[in-house]
Amino acid sequence: MDVIPKWADAVLVPLISLILAAVLSALVILAIGEDPVAAAKLMVEGAVGSTYGWGYTLYYATNFIFTGLAVSVAFHARMFNIGGEGQAMLGGLGVALVCLYIPFPHWALALPVAIIGAAAFAAIWAAIPAYLQAKRGSHIVITTIMFNFIAAALLNYLLVGMLKPSGAMDPATAKFAATTHLPTFQDLFSWGEKPVFRGAPANVSFFVSLLACVAVWFLIWRTRLGFEIRAYGESESAAKYAGISPTKIIMISMIISGALAGCMAINNVMGEAERLVLGSVEGAGFIGIAVALMGRSHPLGVLLAAILFGFLYQGGAELALWTNIPRELIIVIQALVIMFTGALDNMIRMPLEKIFLMMRKEGAA
Amino acid sequence: MTDIAPAIELKGISKAFGPVQANKDISIRVMPGTIHGIIGENGAGKSTLMSILYGFYKADKGEVFISGRKTEIPDSQAAIAAGIGMVFQHFKLVENFTVLENVVLGAEDGWSLGPSLRKARKELINLADEYGLNVDPDALIEEIGVGMQQRVEILKALYRQADILILDEPTGVLTPAEADQLFRILQRLKAEGKTIILITHKLREIMDVTDTVSVMRRGEMTATVKTSETSPQQLAELMVGRKVLLRVDKTPAKPREAVLEVKGLNVTDDKGVHRLKGIDLTVRAGEVLGIAGVAGNGQSELLEVLGGIQSGEGSVKLNGAEIDLTGRHSDGQSRRARGVAHVPEDRQREGLIMNFAAWENTGFGYHHDDRYNRSRLMMDNAALRQDTEEKMDRFDVRPPNPKLAAKSFSGGNQQKIVLAREIERNPDLLLIGQPTRGVDIGAIEFIHQQIVALRDQGKAILLVSVELEEILALSDRIAVMFDGQIMGERLPDETDEKELGLMMAGMTREAAAAQPQNAAQEG
Repeated sequence: MDVIPKWADAVLVPLISLILAAVLSALVILAIGEDPVAAAKLMVEGAVGSTYGWGYTLYYATNFIFTGLAVSVAFHARMFNIGGEGQAMLGGLGVALVCLYIPFPHWALALPVAIIGAAAFAAIWAAIPAYLQAKRGSHIVITTIMFNFIAAALLNYLLVGMLKPSGAMDPATAKFAATTHLPTFQDLFSWGEKPVFRGAPANVSFFVSLLACVAVWFLIWRTRLGFEIRAYGESESAAKYAGISPTKIIMISMIISGALAGCMAINNVMGEAERLVLGSVEGAGFIGIAVALMGRSHPLGVLLAAILFGFLYQGGAELALWTNIPRELIIVIQALVIMFTGALDNMIRMPLEKIFLMMRKEGAA
Repeated sequence: MTDIAPAIELKGISKAFGPVQANKDISIRVMPGTIHGIIGENGAGKSTLMSILYGFYKADKGEVFISGRKTEIPDSQAAIAAGIGMVFQHFKLVENFTVLENVVLGAEDGWSLGPSLRKARKELINLADEYGLNVDPDALIEEIGVGMQQRVEILKALYRQADILILDEPTGVLTPAEADQLFRILQRLKAEGKTIILITHKLREIMDVTDTVSVMRRGEMTATVKTSETSPQQLAELMVGRKVLLRVDKTPAKPREAVLEVKGLNVTDDKGVHRLKGIDLTVRAGEVLGIAGVAGNGQSELLEVLGGIQSGEGSVKLNGAEIDLTGRHSDGQSRRARGVAHVPEDRQREGLIMNFAAWENTGFGYHHDDRYNRSRLMMDNAALRQDTEEKMDRFDVRPPNPKLAAKSFSGGNQQKIVLAREIERNPDLLLIGQPTRGVDIGAIEFIHQQIVALRDQGKAILLVSVELEEILALSDRIAVMFDGQIMGERLPDETDEKELGLMMAGMTREAAAAQPQNAAQEG
């Protein structure tokens, strides 16, 4: 029998973690002589107080959904894919090559091809560490971290060399053709006189990320492959007994994971920058780890956690813009949230279990 | 009796883990200079009670008296100080230390090791004289047998001046001959005035060596009786709470054609150690071939190779056709497709996924079956749940809830889930390892009946068990394994535990038959 009911585990634990993180953040803000209440107001106002704010929050969230799902899928096979960052970079390269060199008549055609390009490049990037793990026993955490650096170096090489249009000063590709530009929320939802989501980068990729959530849920809990992935993740010895090939599961789960991380590029590269810029991933690959941890590797949890982190990103940017709270402190606040929701999970759970036990005993007596 | 204070007296001990009441108001008196048995099924609370006595857990309620004095035991240091020594089921020895070093470890006299070692060496010689506990003090632990290792554990306790010795399932890893030696040592210790508490689930051991026996069931002490005034049948009933069949009812086997033919099977593990050395055996339809042996003599590897978990070399024929031992078709899936079902030795590590629901575990290994799949891609979870419900009903799995995680079931019910999955597949060959390990007596009866029923349907069954009684009760033929080899085959009616025990210790069948009486007495 589980000690705490499912709803409490899924809702109460993260909620309490969040509140604790918020309280601690407030204390830190107080300590540097700023007003935490005003800061909170500003964050909420800036991130979700307008369609403009939402447009940014959901833009960031889209990135985190992809990288969070990527980490989740690998995690179900007990592979800790730290390489989302590098895989997303390679995804960006795939998107850029597709958009630069294939003349598309319309974005609706460009999008699926770009998705394939992003997924393929990133999947290959993830498949190398997966192969080394499956066949050579090199630890996936180490290799995927190293592959992040290799990816960064590779992109650096390409963006200051081959892919940079001659005469340009910054390490980036040329602008993609207008026919590949994805419609933003502004384009999609401004039906009335007054435009909504004005200037915000959220775009159709958000809906692709929602589809990805459903697809991952289906994969993990409804398909035979998902069954095998979960079985291998729970117990390698049992998987061997059942005749599930560890090599196959390691390779496939990492390829899917990498492809998902790569798909992030349709949001930031194709949807927002509309060209490939150096360092465009901006740490979203790593945030994906926190998102997956907080979302318990469940697509719904990942979705909610990604929106929360989108809120923190956008709200944090607003704070840095309008207050004297330094940018570094915003990273501290984000770190507190990650720490409480991801790493200190049991600190909340244990006392909660005790409380539930006591309640049950009294109920029984 | 009123004049002598009991060596140990527990009064009203209670201990709960979360909602589980592991010990309920337990009182017990252990008189000095006796061997006191504590018997009960897995999960009855024996180990918890002893852990409280040894300071691993703190009781919620209750008092401990040692030799009549109320004693607090907050940790194992206090237990040792109170004269309690514990020999665990899994030895706590440093493999690459010598016997002497292990004895001294944790009981050093000062910063310099030399004097302690010299003192311990003298002490060990004394103890050996006094109790017949002969061990070479300079031998490395990894180089001596399990029986010897157990002696080292006992010596460790005695070196720490223990007057009360607790042994937790001490015979689990021993051959029958080694167990007899152990019991002789215990008798000697008792004669010298030590008090011994023997925890076991084996009725025979209780009857053989104890003076008094306490029975535990579901966290409660149900009875304490003089061993001479009770019977195995009565103890079994007290343990389970109802009448149980201790013998397996079965008719003689009617074996037919050979289903499994193994010739010259070799297995070398990752470290290059030869685990199986030229195994030859045959299992026919309608018979149970029992493999007896002390754990770790290659039985696990035999099951794993046949079950497709490990690769091997040699020839294995199934229904007359060779099976793949190394290539693409050497995995568990291919074996299942050929009609091999496998109930693995370790159900928690292999047979089940503890965090999966019962219904997911029912499909585990057979998840490619058409009836569990809607399409090439999608599984049919509803069909699986339905199937699980039916299986749970037929195998009396309790609670009959397919959505419950495997870890929430008791050992016996977990085993029933595995068994239901493998047996209901109607296999030609059933590989079954340790079918009743960690399973309560009530479920043992049921599992044994299922195995016999499957045999009577004309299936071939390869049974591996470290419980000799189980091998003798179920097998139609018995093969004894030692050091990766088959020492010989016997028929259950024509052999006994003593002979099998000698073969398990490495004597060939002929040698064992030639000297059935005296060999066990040595050492």
